[in-house]
Amino acid sequence: MNIWNWVALGGAAVAALLVVAVVRRRASASASGRRFFRHPTAAPGLFVLAFFVTVAVAAPLVAPYKPYQQIDIVHLQNRSPSTRNVLGTDPFSRDVWSRLAYGARISLGIGALAMLVAVTIGGAVGATAGYFRGWMDAALMRLVDVGLAMPRIFAMLVVVALWDHIAVPVLVLLIGLTGWFATSRLVRAEVLSLRERDFVAAARALGAGPGRVIGRHVLPNAAAPIIVSAALGIGNVMLLEAGLSFLGMGVPSPAPSWGNMIADGWPKIAVAPWSATFPGLAISLVVMALNAVGDALRDALDPRKEAV
Amino acid sequence: MTEPLLRVRDLKTYFVTEQGSGTARAVDGVSFDVRPGETLGIVGESGCGKTVTSLSILRLIPEPPGHIRPGSFIEFEGRNILTLEPKELRAVRGNQIAMIFQEPMTSLNPVFTVGDQIAEAAIVHQHLSRAAARRRAIEMLQLVGIPDPEERVDHYPHQMSGGMRQRVMIAMALVCHPKLLIADEPTTALDVTIQAQILELLERLQAELGMAVMLITHDLGVVAGTADRVVVMYAGQVVEQAPTVELFAHPVHPYTEGLLAAVPRLDAPSLSLRTGGRGRLHSIPGQVPAATAWPDGCRFHPRCPYAWDRCRAEEPPLLDASQGDAGTHTARCWLVTEPQRRTRRP
Amino acid sequence: MIAPPPLVAVQDLVKHFAGERGWFGLGQPRAVVRAVDGVSFEIPPAQTLGLVGESGSGKTTTGRAILRLVEPDRGRVTVDGLDVLTLGPRELRALRRRMQIVFQDPYGSLNPRMTVRQMLAEPLAIHRIATGPDAERRIAALLEEVGLDPGFGRSYPHELSGGQRQRVGIARALSVEPQFLVLDEPVSALDVSVQAQVLNLLAELQQRRRLTYLFIAHDLAVVKHIADEVAVMYLGKIVERAPALALYAAPRHPYTTSLLSAVPVPDPTAQRNRIVLSGDVPSPMHPPPGCPFHPRCPHPKKNDRCRTEPPALRAVAPGQLAACHFAEEPL
Repeated sequence: MNIWNWVALGGAAVAALLVVAVVRRRASASASGRRFFRHPTAAPGLFVLAFFVTVAVAAPLVAPYKPYQQIDIVHLQNRSPSTRNVLGTDPFSRDVWSRLAYGARISLGIGALAMLVAVTIGGAVGATAGYFRGWMDAALMRLVDVGLAMPRIFAMLVVVALWDHIAVPVLVLLIGLTGWFATSRLVRAEVLSLRERDFVAAARALGAGPGRVIGRHVLPNAAAPIIVSAALGIGNVMLLEAGLSFLGMGVPSPAPSWGNMIADGWPKIAVAPWSATFPGLAISLVVMALNAVGDALRDALDPRKEAV
Repeated sequence: MTEPLLRVRDLKTYFVTEQGSGTARAVDGVSFDVRPGETLGIVGESGCGKTVTSLSILRLIPEPPGHIRPGSFIEFEGRNILTLEPKELRAVRGNQIAMIFQEPMTSLNPVFTVGDQIAEAAIVHQHLSRAAARRRAIEMLQLVGIPDPEERVDHYPHQMSGGMRQRVMIAMALVCHPKLLIADEPTTALDVTIQAQILELLERLQAELGMAVMLITHDLGVVAGTADRVVVMYAGQVVEQAPTVELFAHPVHPYTEGLLAAVPRLDAPSLSLRTGGRGRLHSIPGQVPAATAWPDGCRFHPRCPYAWDRCRAEEPPLLDASQGDAGTHTARCWLVTEPQRRTRRP
Repeated sequence: MIAPPPLVAVQDLVKHFAGERGWFGLGQPRAVVRAVDGVSFEIPPAQTLGLVGESGSGKTTTGRAILRLVEPDRGRVTVDGLDVLTLGPRELRALRRRMQIVFQDPYGSLNPRMTVRQMLAEPLAIHRIATGPDAERRIAALLEEVGLDPGFGRSYPHELSGGQRQRVGIARALSVEPQFLVLDEPVSALDVSVQAQVLNLLAELQQRRRLTYLFIAHDLAVVKHIADEVAVMYLGKIVERAPALALYAAPRHPYTTSLLSAVPVPDPTAQRNRIVLSGDVPSPMHPPPGCPFHPRCPHPKKNDRCRTEPPALRAVAPGQLAACHFAEEPL
């Protein structure tokens, strides 16, 4: 790890602090923003997320090696952390810190994108069911019941087993497509109560069509719970990805994801605990940060507190 | 004159606002008496502090964000409620002072039968056995005019109509024969025909049980038909206080005057608003100011048709405007000292 | 003098709500709520019909069914000669420019995520009335017309008081320049002093724009000051309909009489002979047979006929209709 990597890493920390400071300044202008930061874990959570996102983006700068690079397969296996390899090396003599930094791209990316897929589908299905009700609602909700009853990990293992090598975009789609059921229920419940509100009736009376009513009047008012559930959901997706990768069914090696890093380090956990422990710590830290931010968002966006 | 049952002196209940920047002075120096057996009407519009006043009397103000300022004084039968220990306070609440609320659906617990809820106060305060408390609950349901009380006692709140639920609330409040009943907008959520039933019931129960009633409402019509004396509140203060007949016949404070003129009345000839502004309803211009920023001087001066320099600069105290016995009619208005300034009546 | 043709005519309007059915709409429907059960009336242009009733009387559903915010089951509604109930979606949308609604709850009827300006710009965009600077001018003019400073355009609903919100609701309804407004309890959620401001505003607007109003209310005292004609509803049916003066001076239906007597009068010296009705309004799921009002009716002549034979709404005096077997002998 050279001096520039350290500078870049320091820069990432500073950038994350800056993000927190800027968000806090912006937030203090509104009551809900102040409620967000009143949560004691909100600011640290936000910092952790901002830090890992910066590291992911700036991976080539903060990482001294390429993530696949086997530095010295003979002499540098399972080396403990040192100034050269801050987090040590793994059984294949790859730098753990470099893989962690590049792995953040894959793990965070999969989490965010898969959740985006899930929220989009769940939002559309939930809004359709809740707004139109009737047979459409009944049909969609039975589908959701089936989806929720399905043991997700087994369903995914079955699909994964059909291919021997699975591309990351396919994995994202797969996680997204099996993860929207709970969101759609949540959105449906919100929409069901919102569609009875007088401002929705007013929009209909003014001649607004269903698309405009849902897009401009219903969904913006249902956004808060959707955002909160998405924030909490990203953590779940990351854990799922880690689990699949650990089982060798997720992101294919040698591409670094935090899940397959644990899988790679696992056999040597007794002699070189660092190579499995640090990616595990990273996952825990990010998931905890997501939960903290999600909880704070839940309080901040609670419309019942809006009036105060 | 009889010793008052409840004496409220200089009550100040403030709230720290969400922003943390301001203090909402919801109740700001309120004083009044309730005498045994009388009905005192407390009238005002939303945000005037009437509900906070009633909650303060039972110390039901959530702290934080609210707090009752030192120097406030609420005396019930010679004891200062604000200094009671929690245990003593509980002995007063629901036992000697009872309260009924506006919304009979949310004020009842949906998972218990109405009988259980009525019996609870009797068990807590009078240490009745379960069976005796149940008999008591049935008696109370009968007293408040619910048909088939033996059957109704086992019903849940959702099985009852709004009017029935308000009767149950009253039964709960009266189970320990309180000396003072605080009724906060007890009929606002009800239809007119049901409102008439509940008001008649309250009147009958008051005569039978000899309790005092503090009736908090925004409806001048309700007050006119039930109260012996009226306290009018505006912007966290008492602005006028007088016997009911006197207040309606000779309102002194311009706010009372404006409020009385603004009520659409059945007993007045139709103003036929439709025929073009010929008969407009009297309205008070502007809106109630925010509790974080009451106006300087008299708090009503920005909306007052008579306001002059003094009203903008100096806050009036409650001045004696009685025509009969001194102190029976007071108003917080400089017009009491300079009546010639009242130029036109609405 | 020949009366002008009515702007709004409602004939035998019916709306029953069935309980939700189970899976895929199969299974037994639950009990039917007869919310509106054969309501008829007309409103001449630039006049106000006051529609009065207690909760559950069906007055709100009537107003919404006329605008097809709920789809009525049966009946005929014409607005300015157009048959509202047979229109397809496109024609209905065009007709929405002529008829609008103002809601009771000034908190629930404005989208909390939109500014006042956005709320007023939306109908202008939907009906392609105006865009750009032209729209801004119209919005400013609308706000001024309802007594608000155009600066309020930047405000969100939660920054406004109840009275100001209700003015925004009225401005939104006026933005498409309708001829007919359904006013669904527009002042019942407001404080007395503000209520008078809004009633005066509605009267001025009616005068200036020659608007036709259906004024829905539970408060007979409010209706007295704004309505030309009054219809009283009970359990989904109109029980009395008469010119305002006649109804308040000499009500013919015992329910109207009781309602009038139950309104508290702000005069402690007034002679009160309040008729206190016993019991509650029956559930519209199980309306009583015969006259719907008979279980609570205080009329001394109430008899078996009231319990079995539903009275028809019939003319009892010139212009005055009542649905009571004893309308000739009012209380």
